Amino acid sequence: MDQFALLVAATLNSGTVLAFAALGLLINERAGIVNLGAEGIMLVAAIAGFATAVHTGNDWLAFGAGAVAGALLAAAFGILVIWLNTNQYASGLALSLFGAGLSAFVGIRYTQEKLGEQRSFSIPGLADLPFVGPALFRQHPMVYLAIALTIAIAWFLYRSRAGLVLRAVGESPESAHALGYPVRRIRLAAVVVGGALCGVAGAYISVVYTHLWVEGMTAGKGWIALALTTFATWRPARVLLGAYLFGGVTMLQLQLQGEGVQISSQVLTMLPYLATIVVLVLISRNASFIRVNMPASIGKPFFPG
Amino acid sequence: MTRTATRTLLQLAGASIVAIAALSGCSKEEKTTTTTTPAGTTTTTTTTTTAPMAASAVATPASAPVKSASAPLKVAFAYVGPVGDGGWTFAHDNARKAVEKHFGDKVQTSFVEKVPEAADAERVFRDMAGQGNKLIFGTTFGYMEPMLKVAADLKDVKFEHATGYKQADNMRTYDSRTYEGAYMAGVIAGGMTKTNTLGVVGSVPIPEVVRNINSFTMGAQSVNPNVKTKVVWVNEWFNPPKETEAAQSLINGGADVLMQNTDSSAVLQTAGKAGKYAFGWDSDMTAYAPNAHLASAVINWVPYYINAVQDALDGTWKGGGHTWWGVKEGAIDIVSISEKVPADVKTKVETVKAGLKAGTFVIWKGPITSNDGKEMLAAGTNADDKFLGGINFFVKGVEGKVPGAEKK
Repeated sequence: MDQFALLVAATLNSGTVLAFAALGLLINERAGIVNLGAEGIMLVAAIAGFATAVHTGNDWLAFGAGAVAGALLAAAFGILVIWLNTNQYASGLALSLFGAGLSAFVGIRYTQEKLGEQRSFSIPGLADLPFVGPALFRQHPMVYLAIALTIAIAWFLYRSRAGLVLRAVGESPESAHALGYPVRRIRLAAVVVGGALCGVAGAYISVVYTHLWVEGMTAGKGWIALALTTFATWRPARVLLGAYLFGGVTMLQLQLQGEGVQISSQVLTMLPYLATIVVLVLISRNASFIRVNMPASIGKPFFPG
Repeated sequence: MTRTATRTLLQLAGASIVAIAALSGCSKEEKTTTTTTPAGTTTTTTTTTTAPMAASAVATPASAPVKSASAPLKVAFAYVGPVGDGGWTFAHDNARKAVEKHFGDKVQTSFVEKVPEAADAERVFRDMAGQGNKLIFGTTFGYMEPMLKVAADLKDVKFEHATGYKQADNMRTYDSRTYEGAYMAGVIAGGMTKTNTLGVVGSVPIPEVVRNINSFTMGAQSVNPNVKTKVVWVNEWFNPPKETEAAQSLINGGADVLMQNTDSSAVLQTAGKAGKYAFGWDSDMTAYAPNAHLASAVINWVPYYINAVQDALDGTWKGGGHTWWGVKEGAIDIVSISEKVPADVKTKVETVKAGLKAGTFVIWKGPITSNDGKEMLAAGTNADDKFLGGINFFVKGVEGKVPGAEKK
């Protein structure tokens, strides 16, 4: 039972990274922009956050620095694809390569740096409950923030006027333009917010999750987040579910290995990807549901007038 | 100008900005490669200059007093990772610097970092030879085939390949007995564990890694017969988030002392976060988590590199052999043992180290049984290098099976 509680706790922690990045990408894509540069943004934010944490010792400033770094990179990407109408996929790939190189360059002197011992968090009162305490209430605050953010984004998209406008821009930028909405500026805002969230995810990896900086350390998390957004049919709750599912199966397969289960580790390593795809494809198997949820203008450039 | 023309122009401008961004991305990456090397490098990955440390020593060879006509021996190193990885490549580069220091202006070394284990490596080796390097070191297993190919073409260049098993007339191989470090770490782990459960984050299930896991366990059992070892494979050498997750799952499973055969300090840091213990691997990692760090099993390539360069200088260098050095030759050590380790355990480690040094203590000595009860090594026999090179079973006390071993 104790082990199970710890597994749940590790799952929430592992899913949080993916949740932040995938929610950011979801906002991008809801406005019609695909940002394949997520991995590069996360790497740059990871070193920005780590460097800030090294110099200030403050995790929250580090997340802020990660978010700002992510937002800046995303803004550059946004100006390229929104105003200059460059190909979104090519520009995104360029951004991810650029981010990998830039972060490695900036990070040279930080590979030997270390952060102070980490504080542990717990919610007073709740943390001591049997089972649910260790499972749910001893997490880093960012873990709860990810859940709150999911609810906030769902509310924003489906219950607020601004969210409606954002979705309209993603569905039919021409119509939104005809109604007088500044399509390009809305798209840029979405890209910047999305970049900032990817940035938070990157900073969480280096500052909290692994507690170190090394070149290329995100190791594909940005790409997984991109895939997750699509498999979750652009719905915030499903993105969160997918992120936890991926994190959960990852932790479970490692735990199974530790228990000496007789399945080859290569097969077990495949499991998180397989399970996430299968589950999300199953819940999204309704084709018309996908059509309804998929932003119609995704990946397409918009030319006003 | 028409709207369409403007638009086309803008598109062109955008495309060129992307191109520039992409290019600058690349050049940034190149810079990473070269900034850690001294000044004077070109933007290609090949460098021919000397390291900063020794630059002063080599800078004015002409003015050296007893300078004969003989030019310094040019020695080149190809690394798989960045010199700042804090582990494997870092250790090799420290040895290169030591060679510079030891031989002064008799040698001139250079290195290329982050050389991929692919066809690119062949180009790098040819470049190195083209720059006049007469002794070339390749420091990862994956350079074996490219190096063989180049060695066959360039008979006047001497090649040294780490961790491989194929040789040629002008190519020989070398390795370190990392399992001796793992064994000594195991002795400490056995003395420190409270739950009698150890955890190992394995990289890739090859004999070298399996041998380390077994040796670690045997070391622990030598002081605490009740320990068992849990193993989790991440199937990669370097993936910090995954190493973190693997370490976390071992801790969740009850392990309180961790060991790893992966390249980053993530496992050690995770142990630190959870209030458990772990070891440094390849290089001294004390600084990363002082409270969790019990000791570091380090590789010291200096003796071998100095020996190889000496051979080349003396003209006694011969291809075709394999050198496998350990504690005895000063190639393996356990360093920075924590104050938390009780004195009797420390003494035991020192005894083992002394025994290995004198050649009186043998780690892989029968009887050794696998964890499914088969006798792998009869009582009284010592394992030879061939046996050690093909280990694909877990010893008693390790849980689970070596992935892929059952097919054999």
